[in-house]
Amino acid sequence: MSLILRKLTRDVPAVIGLTIVIIVLIIAILGPLLAPYPGDVAASHLTRRLKPPSWAYPFGTDNLGRDILSRVIMGARGALMVAMTVVSIAMAIGIPLGLIAGYRGGWLSEVIMRVTDAVLAIPQLVLALALAQLLTPSLESAMLALSLTYWPFFTRIVFAETRRLTSSLFVDALRGIGAGTARIVFLHILPNAASPIIVRATIGLGFTILVAAVLGFLGMGATPPAPDWGLSIAESRTYLPAAWWYATFPGLAILLTVMGFNLLGDGLRDLVDPRLRRSR
Amino acid sequence: MIPILSVRDLKVSIRTDAGVASILDNIGLTLERGRILGIVGESGCGKSTLIRAIMGILARGAEIHAGEIVFDGENLLAFTEAELNGRIRGNQIGFIPQDPLLALNPVFKVGTQLLEIMRDHAPEDGLRGSARKRAHVQRLIMLLRRMQVPDPELALERYPHQFSGGQRQRLLIAAALACAPRLVIADEPTTALDVTTQHQILLLLRELVTEFSLSMLFVTHDFGVVAELCDDLCVIYAGQSVEAGPVGPILASPGHPYTQALLACHPERATTFRGIPGTVPSPLAAPPGCRFAPRCVDVQSSCSLGPPPAGLSPVGATVKCVNYA
Amino acid sequence: MTGTEPILSVRSLTVLLGGRRRWLRQSVPPVRAVNDVSLDIRPGEIVGLVGESGCGKTTLGRTVLGLQRETSGEIHLDGAVVSGMSPAKARLARKAIQYVHQDAAAALDPWWSIGRTLREGLLIHGMRDAAERSAKVAEMLTAVGLDPTAAQRYPHEFSGGQLRRVTLARMLLLSPRLLVLDEPTSGLDMSVQATVLNLLLELRARLGLTYLFISHDLSVVERLSDRVAIMYLGRVVETAATATIFARPMHPYTRVLLAAAPRLDRAKDTGVDTVIGDPPSHTQVHVGCAFVGRCPIGTDLCRTTPPPLRSIENGHDVACHYAQPADPVPAGTVRMHAVASAK
Repeated sequence: MSLILRKLTRDVPAVIGLTIVIIVLIIAILGPLLAPYPGDVAASHLTRRLKPPSWAYPFGTDNLGRDILSRVIMGARGALMVAMTVVSIAMAIGIPLGLIAGYRGGWLSEVIMRVTDAVLAIPQLVLALALAQLLTPSLESAMLALSLTYWPFFTRIVFAETRRLTSSLFVDALRGIGAGTARIVFLHILPNAASPIIVRATIGLGFTILVAAVLGFLGMGATPPAPDWGLSIAESRTYLPAAWWYATFPGLAILLTVMGFNLLGDGLRDLVDPRLRRSR
Repeated sequence: MIPILSVRDLKVSIRTDAGVASILDNIGLTLERGRILGIVGESGCGKSTLIRAIMGILARGAEIHAGEIVFDGENLLAFTEAELNGRIRGNQIGFIPQDPLLALNPVFKVGTQLLEIMRDHAPEDGLRGSARKRAHVQRLIMLLRRMQVPDPELALERYPHQFSGGQRQRLLIAAALACAPRLVIADEPTTALDVTTQHQILLLLRELVTEFSLSMLFVTHDFGVVAELCDDLCVIYAGQSVEAGPVGPILASPGHPYTQALLACHPERATTFRGIPGTVPSPLAAPPGCRFAPRCVDVQSSCSLGPPPAGLSPVGATVKCVNYA
Repeated sequence: MTGTEPILSVRSLTVLLGGRRRWLRQSVPPVRAVNDVSLDIRPGEIVGLVGESGCGKTTLGRTVLGLQRETSGEIHLDGAVVSGMSPAKARLARKAIQYVHQDAAAALDPWWSIGRTLREGLLIHGMRDAAERSAKVAEMLTAVGLDPTAAQRYPHEFSGGQLRRVTLARMLLLSPRLLVLDEPTSGLDMSVQATVLNLLLELRARLGLTYLFISHDLSVVERLSDRVAIMYLGRVVETAATATIFARPMHPYTRVLLAAAPRLDRAKDTGVDTVIGDPPSHTQVHVGCAFVGRCPIGTDLCRTTPPPLRSIENGHDVACHYAQPADPVPAGTVRMHAVASAK
C-alpha cells in the first residue's frame, strides 16, 4: 500500500487531480456547514441583487440576490450525486454485458458487441439530448439519459479485458483444476480487469459532470431553484457581460472538478498494476 | 598476431533505485582471429551487459569504471559515439539477436529493412546512389542464397511473418554479415528454435566463420551448443569470468569449482540432480573477492580477500581460483 | 513388461483444432493436431513425449487432461472410458490427472497470493474446513522445498524455479496420480533445472506418481523417462524404452532428431544426414507418410501409403515402412513376436 502511495506522490498531475477530487468530495459532504449562506439554495434577497464579489459575498450574488459561493458549494453535492449515479448505473449495465460477451463468445457476443458499437457510434451528447427530450425534463431523466449513453464504454473495455484474460494461461490452469465459470469470471477475471474499469469510471465521473452541466444549461436537467452549476450559467446569460462573476465561478467549479477527475484517472492508469502488490 | 577482441578487467555498474549494482566485475576474455568463443553463464550473470558494453550500447545509467575493450588493437572505450557508429557498429562488428521476430519490424518488407542497414553501414566501395544500392541488393541476394533461403529475390519482397523461425534467423544472419564485419556477436541465436533447425543454423555458422574469415562471440547457456560449435569457452558467474580456454579440455576436465558444479547439473553428466546449493548473489550486495565463494565446496579463507588470482588448470585453461594460483 | 494394467490408455486419438465456417468469409479448415495416436502409460512410469514445436505434443497432453475435446478415439483411465463426454464431465472423470503448465508465471493469477491460489484448488475439490486447507498448503509448500511463508507472497515475487515448485504444489494438493508435465524445465538455468528434476523424481518415489513428460530437450528426456514416444506432425512415429530408442533409433525422423541434439561429448558422428528445410505445415494434407518430404530414405510407397505404427521388436513400435529389427534374428521369430505383442 505504501508503495502505491509513494508512486502516486511522484506523479505531479495525479497528485493535483487527487487533491482537487478530495477537496470537491469534502465540499460535497460538508456543504451546508461550509456555505456562508446555506439558505440561499432556495431563498431570494432582492435587495442585494447582482452584487460583485466582496468580502461578504466572495463570488458575488446572482439575479435573485443569492450568494454564488454558497450555491457553488451546495451544487457540488448535486453534481457528484449525478455523476456517481450515472457511472454506477452505466457500470451495472456495461460490466455484466462485457463479461458475458467476452467469456461466452459466439452469437451472443456478436449481438451484444454490435449493439454496443452502434450506441458508441452516436455522439454521446446528441444521444443524451435526444433521450432527455423524449422524457419529461427533470434531473432524473437527465441521469437516465446519461446512464443509457455511457454503459457501452464499460462494455467495450470489459469485453476486451475478458477476451484477453479468458485465453490467458492462468484461466486455462483454473479450468484444469475444475474451477466453475462463476468462480473464474467473478474471482479471477473481474479483479484482473479492475484497473481499466477504475480508470474509465474516474474519467467518466468528470465527463458526466460536464455533460450533466450541459443538459442543465439547455434546460433539460436540473430545474430551478436547484443550485446546479450548468443551470446557474444558463441563468446568468441575460446578465452578461456586466455580471461576469455570475457565470465565471460556476464555470470554474465545473472546469476544476472535471480536470481533477481526468488527472486522477490518468494517474491511476499507471498505478493499478498487480506488480505493485507486495506482501509486506 | 594480436587477438581480434580482448576485454581486460572490465567493471560495469548500474545505478538503480536500491543502490549501485555491480553487474560486471573484472571480466576478461580473449577472442583469437578465426575462432568461435562461447560465453556461458546462467541468467543474470551479466552476459548481455558484456556484449552491450562491447558494442557500446550500454543502457542509460550503466557506467564503465575500469578496464578496456580492445578491438583489433584499438581500445573501443576511447572512441567517441560518432566514431563507434561510423567505424565499428554494424560495420566491423555484426550482431545476431536472440529473437528474430522481435528484431524485424513487422510492417516493412525484409529487403527494405536489410538494405537500410547496408545503406548506413556498408563499406563505400567508391559507389554512390543507385549503383551502390544495386551492389547492395546483389550482395544481399548472394548472402541469402548462401544462407539457403529459398528464392532470395522474392524473399526480399516478403514480410517477416511470412518466414518460419529458422528462416527468419537466417535472414538476420545475412543482415549481420551484410556489411562485411570481421567480428560477429551472436546472442543465444538458436534458443527459440527447434532442435533440427538449431542444428542447421549451428552448421551454417561454423561454415560462415571460415568462409567469410570471421571471428565470433557466441553467447549461450547451453553447454551442448558450445560443444557443438565453439573452439574456446569462457564461463561467467555473477559478473566475473571464472574459467576460459579451449572447449574440449574444459568440458572433459573443468577446473573452476563453479564450472564443475554447473557441468555436474547437465543431464548427460549428473549422477544425482543436486543442483548448486545456495543462490546467485545480488549485484547490489556482491560478496568481496570470488563471488562464488559462498556456494563453493572448496572455499578457503583467502577467497574473499580480493579478486581471485588467475592460474592454469592441468588441461591448460585459465582459472580464476585460489586453488590454482 | 511389468504386466500391470496401464493407468492411462489412449486409443486412436484424433484432435482437430480450429477450423470454422465463417459468415460471408472463407472458412478456415481445421488442423489435425493429433492424428490417430495410441499410447499406454503404466503406473509409476515416466513417459517422455518428444517432438518439435507444433508436433501436437501439447495438444495431446491437454486432450488427455480434458481441457481440449477429442474429435475421435478413446481415452481410458484405470480401464474405464473417460472420453466422449461433455468437457465438465470429462474433467470430473479425469480428476486423477493434472496438468502442469509450461509457463509457470502465466499460469498463476497475478492478483492472488500463492496461498490463496493453492487453497482455492482444495476448496474446489470440496475441502470445506479453512484451517485444514491452510495446514495442507503449508505442508505441501514444504514438500516441494519452499518455505510455508511463501503462501503470503505474490507470483511476481518468485524466481522461475520457485514458480515451478509453486505450480507443482498446486497440482499435487489435488492428489493426482498422473501428472502431465508440459516442458517443466524449459527456460530454467541448468542448476535450477537439476533441482526441479530432482524434485520430480523424489515426488514420484514418495507419492507414487506417474508422469507424462512433454519436452523437446532430449538430454533431459533421456535421463528422466522410462519410455519415450516421438511425435511428428500429430503422429507418434516411434515409441520404445528410453535406452532402446537412444541406442537404436529406427524411424528416420528419430535418427535425425538424435543426431541434431547438441551433446556435451562430441563423439557422436552417427553419419546421419540432418534434414533440410523446415517442418511442413499442418494445413497440408498428407496422403502418405508426413515425413517423406524430409526423409533421406523416402520412396513412392511412403508418398502414397501412410505407415502404421507397428511393433518391430519387443516394446519397440515404429511407424516406418522400412523399419527393421536391428539384430540379425530370423525374420520369422520377429514377425511372430510382433503379432504376439500386438495381441
